[in-house]
Amino acid sequence: MADTAPESDQASPQGEETRRDFLILAAGAMSAMAAIGVAWPLIETMNPSADVLALSSTEVDISEIEVGQSVTVKWRGKPVFIRRRTQEEIDAARAVPLDDLSDPESDEARVQQAEWLILVGVCTHLGCIPLGNKIGDPRGDFGGWFCPCHGSHYDTSGRIRVGPAPNNLAVPEYEFLDDTLVRIG
Amino acid sequence: MTTPLHRYRIVQWIDYRLPIFSWTNEHLVEYPAPRNLNYWWNFGSLAGIMLVVQIITGIILAMHYTPHVDYAFNSTEHIMRDVEWGWMMRYLHANGASMFFVVVYIHIFRGFYYGSYKSPREILWWMGVLILFLMMGSSFLGYVLPWGQMSFWAATVITNLISAIPWIGETLVQWLWGGFSVANPTLNRFFSLHYLLPFLLCAVVFIHLWALHHRKSNNPLGIDVKSPKDTIPFSPYYTVKDLVGLGVMFFVLAIFVFYLPNFLGESINYIKADPLVTPPHIVPEWYFLPYYAILRAVPDKLGGVIAMVASIAILFVLPWLDTSKVRSARFRPIYKQFFWIFLADCFVLGWVGANPVEGSFILIGRIATVYYFAHFLIILPLLGKFERTKPLPESIHQAVLAKKGGADASGAPPDSSAGSSPGGAA
Ligand code: HEM
Ligand code: FES
Repeated sequence: MADTAPESDQASPQGEETRRDFLILAAGAMSAMAAIGVAWPLIETMNPSADVLALSSTEVDISEIEVGQSVTVKWRGKPVFIRRRTQEEIDAARAVPLDDLSDPESDEARVQQAEWLILVGVCTHLGCIPLGNKIGDPRGDFGGWFCPCHGSHYDTSGRIRVGPAPNNLAVPEYEFLDDTLVRIG
Repeated sequence: MTTPLHRYRIVQWIDYRLPIFSWTNEHLVEYPAPRNLNYWWNFGSLAGIMLVVQIITGIILAMHYTPHVDYAFNSTEHIMRDVEWGWMMRYLHANGASMFFVVVYIHIFRGFYYGSYKSPREILWWMGVLILFLMMGSSFLGYVLPWGQMSFWAATVITNLISAIPWIGETLVQWLWGGFSVANPTLNRFFSLHYLLPFLLCAVVFIHLWALHHRKSNNPLGIDVKSPKDTIPFSPYYTVKDLVGLGVMFFVLAIFVFYLPNFLGESINYIKADPLVTPPHIVPEWYFLPYYAILRAVPDKLGGVIAMVASIAILFVLPWLDTSKVRSARFRPIYKQFFWIFLADCFVLGWVGANPVEGSFILIGRIATVYYFAHFLIILPLLGKFERTKPLPESIHQAVLAKKGGADASGAPPDSSAGSSPGGAA
């Protein structure tokens, strides 16, 4: 409290800009830039690292999957659902008018071959794995998948129909290498 | 300031260079505290003790724990089975987190009841809200570490809340995970942050106490200290009173640690994390249930997240939402009733949060959520205008001496027999 600055510090009359003001401003701006420059790499270190990014594709043999059956494979640490759909399931998915969907997408746009529906099996609400791939699992009100966490229902095209999830189940990048092999990623 | 210790030359020598003796004397011995503090004023120091318990047991656990997806679960079991007294350290730490929340929640509701957030204690109150946020962060991060099924899915669901942020949410959550899902990089950094946050917490606690000791404690009457007759020295009166509470708290903690160690936990967390299978019913720890209910009450992803964050952030502006000039609910007959309704509402939210979103739980959850916000945004501002408060006593010592007819200042408060007041001994 008691230590006041020496008189000589109050060099300029009020309101006038001095070299000292300029120096303070310049030093302040440089320090701010330096701080950002240091913060940047610190923040960047937390992004997915090169080895994590490298693990980005999986090949799956689909020859054993029967009509009406689904399997789950792991890709980038997440489940991918592969369902070989029955004709009824395909028809059901294609009969839905787009106006009924909260995230409108036609079934045709979501598959490469009508029979094979390939989806990232992660609920677009908060990331749980929806049920419906195993025999005996509840499949929800629309015959696709049901997320038990907060009650999202997906249809036979993996589109969100009822519940808090905002989007359809994502379709990963994939490619049919031949009749029995598909590469995801 | 001199202490009795100052008669020793060595104490004088040290104190001249580093005034720790004077400082201790000023803040822990002679520190003038209102003479009428009741047992509800124990909970701040109890919370501080719990922070110390968490840090000590945590540092011990960290000596035996391995933050890697292949070893985390096993190393936790190693602590439980092989490390000498390891089971006790882990049960103390896990149940200690719950005890910490019990104590802090009571501490906060004490603040609600006696209007402790009002001027000049707004910044003190803000630091408290910040502490609550940091505690929630710490315990969430810690809960992920044993890498059981609940750990993994809690981590998944909670981190996905961030993905609700428009535009940058998805990028942000991958940055937080260090990958495309909750995986080894996530566990590793969560351990690092779990170690860090409690020390940040210590820093905020320090500021909290700094503000407290600057403007001093509120009291059950909610009126200002006016003369030295209104106060008594902190030591021995309140050090002893706090020790009584400490004994009770450790007794309760011991019951859980030794007889009900997994009562508050989820048995499914003793199954190792499986990224491909979500458990059928996922629930957070009990201390998060009311917020979880608010999250789920809003049938929209972003809306739910905003409501949940707002339910705590609203406490920052509470000092301005409550427009009443009178602090203590003792002199606010209508507010007193709304206080209890609000408390009940929080329990209802907790109960809804523990149940699946179906049937009547949906409606109850929504009503309770609306009421929660209405309490702060409608009831409190209006009460300040329309409530007829009771006359305030002249001073603390007059009120105390009139009722007790003696100088028993640290005992039960004047109206502890009223039943509806939380002023009675716990
Ligand atoms: C604010 C204080 C703290 C809180 C609220 C807290 C909370 C928690 C919780 C809830 C768990 C999970 C318990 C379980 O189910 O097993 C946990 C685990 C753990 N914590 Fe903390 N913690 C705190 C401070 C610390 C500190 C300072 C350390 C020191 C490094 C630490 C180290 C650990 C370790 C190694 C685990 C994993 C072992 C286990 O799960 O028991 N904690 N913590
Ligand atoms: S995570 Fe699927 S409904 Fe919430």
